[in-house]
Amino acid sequence: MIAARMIAANKMGPVLVCMILLAASSLGQSSGPRMLEKQTEMAARRDYLQAWKTMRNALEGNRPEMLDASFIGPAKEKLAEAIQEQQTLGMKTVYRDTGHNLSVTFYSPEGLSIQVMDTVDYDVQVIDHDKVMETRHVQSHYIAILTPTEVRWTVRVFEAVPE
Amino acid sequence: MALAALAQSQVRVPRTVEAGSAFSIPTSGSGKATLYIVGPSQVLRHDVQLGETVNFTSGELHSAGHYLAILAGDSSAETSEFEVVAAHPPATLSFLARPSRLAVDLPDAISGVVYVFDIFGNLSLEPEQVTFQLSGNGGPVQTRSATTRNGVAWVKMNSSPKAGAAKLEARVGSVTESRILEQVPGEPCKLNVSARRTGQRVQLETAPINDCRGNAVPDGTVVTFTETSSDGTQATVDVPLKRGVAKTDMPAYQGATISVATGLVMGNVVQVGDAR
Repeated sequence: MIAARMIAANKMGPVLVCMILLAASSLGQSSGPRMLEKQTEMAARRDYLQAWKTMRNALEGNRPEMLDASFIGPAKEKLAEAIQEQQTLGMKTVYRDTGHNLSVTFYSPEGLSIQVMDTVDYDVQVIDHDKVMETRHVQSHYIAILTPTEVRWTVRVFEAVPE
Repeated sequence: MALAALAQSQVRVPRTVEAGSAFSIPTSGSGKATLYIVGPSQVLRHDVQLGETVNFTSGELHSAGHYLAILAGDSSAETSEFEVVAAHPPATLSFLARPSRLAVDLPDAISGVVYVFDIFGNLSLEPEQVTFQLSGNGGPVQTRSATTRNGVAWVKMNSSPKAGAAKLEARVGSVTESRILEQVPGEPCKLNVSARRTGQRVQLETAPINDCRGNAVPDGTVVTFTETSSDGTQATVDVPLKRGVAKTDMPAYQGATISVATGLVMGNVVQVGDAR
């Protein structure tokens, strides 16, 4: 098993600790029929983590156009719907991810999709007409499906799932 | 709203809610408050009279995910967390079939990947049986089954022995998706050429060229005729197949040999004999 730990300063807040666990030796069984090359794995991990930043900025600023950088298809539509609802209600939400434990669960045989599972720690702040209604730390499990575009992996499905 | 009333109130949300289903959140206490349902994919707000039940209509909360339910008054809030899970049964499939064009009779050459979604576009995480079926063009029907894991199932299948369009279908319950794959003949299997001398020329014509499964190799496939004279000089003619055969004529040099080849296959060799 390959384990890589990345610690990076998060200028928005606390230290972002990402523990990426990618079971290369078990990919043949648990991740589908295609071996995941290290370079692809790193790119998918990088782009998935970037998607969290994109989501945070889009939801915090109520700017759906920002989603284009990291999201596509159903994931983009759902996040855009949330932003639309926030705009209508005069609300904002701020998501600050503080830790990810990420593993690849499927890499499709033709190389056109990667599925990842992520146990993520984040703080969410709910703001209604500039009044902070709640700030809460959450740990949740996310499943994401990434598909390749010209220059990066983009998130096509992005959902929290029960443990 | 009286602060004391909110302090005594509880946000009693179900642990899980099926996407799009109607559900209720009872409240206790008295006075007015605001109930927020907040997740990355949906944000809802309801004005609440404490002590009454807040009803969410069918379809109102339809995006799967992790949500906060915040019951907020002027100066304090009660918060609970809950999950919205995909609705059942599955309603749509995202189906990737590759490649769209391939040669016949190749083992495990076709891959099919299915992601299963509910009617709201949420990934269905419950294990589902997916049946993949490859059919068409009179060839035998191949069927494989796989169970979804984390919403995805995949198979590999052999291409058919017969060339032509084939349909690869994925089915979950009553939901189906299909893709058309073009299966083309494989490499030529055998090559036979016949020769007929006409004066100072030799007329050459191949038999119809098929792959090893009997599929006609497509017109345009190049057949190479090479004539080697007794002094070692060579002449080559490349002829594309037309209506399944390749025809040409070459000089009838006494003692020359004419060989024929296409792809990796060599045909029989013709010896140019005496014209008499």
